[in-house]
Amino acid sequence: MPKTIVQEFTKGLWEELPPFRLVLGLCPVLGVTTTMENGLGMGIATTFVLFGSNFLVSLLRSIIPQKVRIACFIIIIASFVTIVELLMQAYAYPLYLKLGVFIPLIVVNCIVLGRAEAFAYKNKVSYSIADGLGIGIGFTLSLGALGAVRELLGNGSVTVWGDLSYNLSAAFPSYQPFSFMVQAPGAFICLGLMLCIINAVGD
Amino acid sequence: MGYFELIIACIFVNNILLAQFLGNCPFLGTSKKMETAVGMSMAVVFVTVMAGTLTWVIYTYILVNFDLVYLRTIAFIVVIASLVQFVEMFLKKSIPALYAGLGIFLPLITTNCAVMGVCVLNIDKEFTFLQALVASLFYAVGFGLALILFAGLRERTLLARVPKPLQDTSIALVTAGMISLAFFAFQGMV
Repeated sequence: MPKTIVQEFTKGLWEELPPFRLVLGLCPVLGVTTTMENGLGMGIATTFVLFGSNFLVSLLRSIIPQKVRIACFIIIIASFVTIVELLMQAYAYPLYLKLGVFIPLIVVNCIVLGRAEAFAYKNKVSYSIADGLGIGIGFTLSLGALGAVRELLGNGSVTVWGDLSYNLSAAFPSYQPFSFMVQAPGAFICLGLMLCIINAVGD
Repeated sequence: MGYFELIIACIFVNNILLAQFLGNCPFLGTSKKMETAVGMSMAVVFVTVMAGTLTWVIYTYILVNFDLVYLRTIAFIVVIASLVQFVEMFLKKSIPALYAGLGIFLPLITTNCAVMGVCVLNIDKEFTFLQALVASLFYAVGFGLALILFAGLRERTLLARVPKPLQDTSIALVTAGMISLAFFAFQGMV
C-alpha cells in the first residue's frame, strides 16, 4: 500500500529518526552538540538544505541522467549549503562562528545525499518535500535532545536563545557540573548510551 | 608555529576523528575488520594530501584573485569528487596492485567529511602552502592511526557478550569514547 504524505512526513520523527535509526551523518551530531542552542541551529540549517535538495532533485528527476546523478545531487546540495552559509553570515553571525567548519560540511552529510538518492530521485515532488521536512525535523529534535543532555550535565544549566533556561545547579545545590560531557569523549559516550536507550525502547 | 608542533598537533592534539569529529561515518563503517580499516586509512592519506594541496592552490590563486570566495563550498566538493574519480582511473591503469588494495574505498571518500574538513580547515587557519601540505598529510595520518587502533579494539568487542540494546553501533560509540579519552590526555601539549 502506498504511503500517504502524512506518513512520509511522520516516519522521519520515529521509524527512520536520524541519527538514531539511520546511523548516518554522525559528524555534526557529535561535533556541535555541546549546547542545545548549537544543536538546534545545526538541525535547522540541515533541514533547510534537505528540504531544498529534495525539492529540486525530485523536480528535476526526469532530466538528471542516471549515470551522473550523484554529481548532479552534490552540486544541488552544495548550492543550498552556500545559500545557508550566506544567510547565516547575514542574520545569525554568532551561531555561524560557533558552528564553524560544520556548516560547509553539510555538503558531505550522508543523510542529505542519502535522501536524494533513496527517496527524492524516485518520488513525486510533494512526497519528497514531506520526506525532507520530516527527516530534517527529526534530525533537529535529535540534535536538540543530545545537546540538552550534554549541556545540562556538563554545565549544570541549559539556555536557549538567552531567555529560555533551566538551571539544574540551582534546583539541586549538591549537583556538581560534570564537564566531561561537553568535551570530546563525552560526545561519543553520550550518543552511544542514547542509542542504547532508543534501541531498548524501540524493541 | 614550527613544523614539529604542527605535526604533533595534527596527529594527536587535534586528531581529526577523536577531537574534531570529522569522518565518523567511515570510522564506524569500516572498522569492523582490520583489513578494511587499513585499506580505508591508506586511501584517505592518499586523497587528503592531494585534495588539501589542490584546493589550497585553487582557493588562493583563483577564488581569492577573482573575488569568488563565496563559491568555496561548491568549488571544493567538485574538486574532491573529480579528484577521486581521476585518481581511481589513474590507479586502475598504471598501478593495478595499489588499486586492488584500495578497492571500493576510493569512491566512498567523496563523501568522507574528513577530506573536505581538512581542506576547509587549511583555509580557515590561513596556512601557507607548505603548512597546508604538512597539515593535510598528518591530519590524514592521525585519521589512519585512530581508525586502526579502533578496529583493533572493535574486533575484541565482537567476542565479548554485550547486552542486546548496546550491541553494534552503540557499544562502538562507547569504545570510541574511551579512545577519545586517551587522546584527550594530549590536550595542552602544544
